[in-house]
Amino acid sequence: MQAVSVILYLILAPFAGALLDGVSRIVSARMQGRKGPPLLQPFYDLLKLFQKQMIAVNSVQMLLNLSYLVFLAIAGSMLFAGADILMCLFILSTADMFLIMAASSDSSPFSSLGASREMMQIMAYEPLTLLLSVGFYLTTGSFHVGDIISRPVSAIVFMPGFLIGFFVITAIKLRKSPFDLSTSHHAHQELVKGLTTEMAGPTFGIMNVAEYYEMILMLGIVALFFLNENWWSWPLAIVMCLLVFFLEILWDNVSARVKWRTMLDSCWIVTLLSAGLNGLILMLIQ
Amino acid sequence: MAKLAKSPWLLHYDASSCNGCDIEVLDCTTPRFDIERFGIINTGDPFQADILLVTGGVNAQSEAVVKQIYSQMPNPKVVVAVGICACTGGVFKECYNIKGGVDTVIPVDVYVPGCAARPQAIIDGVVKALEILDKKRRDYAQARKSGQADEAEGGNEPWNT
Ligand code: SF4
Repeated sequence: MQAVSVILYLILAPFAGALLDGVSRIVSARMQGRKGPPLLQPFYDLLKLFQKQMIAVNSVQMLLNLSYLVFLAIAGSMLFAGADILMCLFILSTADMFLIMAASSDSSPFSSLGASREMMQIMAYEPLTLLLSVGFYLTTGSFHVGDIISRPVSAIVFMPGFLIGFFVITAIKLRKSPFDLSTSHHAHQELVKGLTTEMAGPTFGIMNVAEYYEMILMLGIVALFFLNENWWSWPLAIVMCLLVFFLEILWDNVSARVKWRTMLDSCWIVTLLSAGLNGLILMLIQ
Repeated sequence: MAKLAKSPWLLHYDASSCNGCDIEVLDCTTPRFDIERFGIINTGDPFQADILLVTGGVNAQSEAVVKQIYSQMPNPKVVVAVGICACTGGVFKECYNIKGGVDTVIPVDVYVPGCAARPQAIIDGVVKALEILDKKRRDYAQARKSGQADEAEGGNEPWNT
């Protein structure tokens, strides 16, 4: 059962991620009064990227990008195997370090600046991911994903604050406004393309596939909040994941990019207020 | 559209334009014209671009930049000259600092005339460029298969030095 879900994740996550990306581009376009691209546009983009000439700025960038992909796939596999959530979140941060190294390995000032902003982003979301695993432990008495999802009631009942905090950091992880500081999917650019400025063709394609793994992983963690031992929690979790994804798109479209200082401050305040308070209450009642 | 290149990303460079054509290029991304319908993204990054849109004639200062941007774009790639200035030099043709159209510096695939070029004309030009891009893509895939990709990549052409 575990092996099956890991294999399904490894095979299906890029497709599901690209499909969700296509949906998000259409929804964004409609919110802006445009028609938007075809639903399968991300697939066309990926196919194109892998057909392009490989301009390698150095010999390690491709390797580092591949490591980013592999580590994200491992982190996701741990979640979908029902293993330790703490370990999964640690590997998630490790994966990001490879992306930062890939971006700082070239000489472009834009990508180095993008890399340092990515580090700021890690600093902004890391406290919450740690608190999140503590929150799951306080609620369910286990760090084990398999135990977390087989409780009589969903975790969300005890930890709504954590979900609010997680919603905020998901915006960072999915590179949505107002926190798309290091690189952005949008046409309005600053820092050229930030982190990915010197990634061309296949290298950039691999980075995109990695982001799709990450997207599914983040939505998988959202699902953790809602899953319990009853069968009906599964469709509920899927609906809630899609709702969270829609709200992220909405937020993306109604907000402008903030400065790194504002991002750091607001993320930490939200973390402290929502997750911190929720955690304290859990400690008192448990 | 089935046969056309489906995911062309644009890079827009202002060589010495009066900004008239640039505003029309940006116009193409607005809800009224929405070039994202064709899967087109206006990227700022030569490393990720397939189509180079140049507005304005080339002058002594922008010559090196145009060449560099062109050489940084991975193959296959196409160039669209937008506006009469980019096609021939236009009203600035006789100026002491203007070299002429973009094709005096890099190979141009599609010429979009007009002063300023209308968004409809620019989109038409880009769609025409897509056909050329598609052909180049097939040629490139073939060259890669037969192991001659290095030649197809134009290793010894003048703008790559
Ligand atoms: S063609 Fe006309 S509008 Fe365009 S750059 Fe030249 S002068 Fe300006």
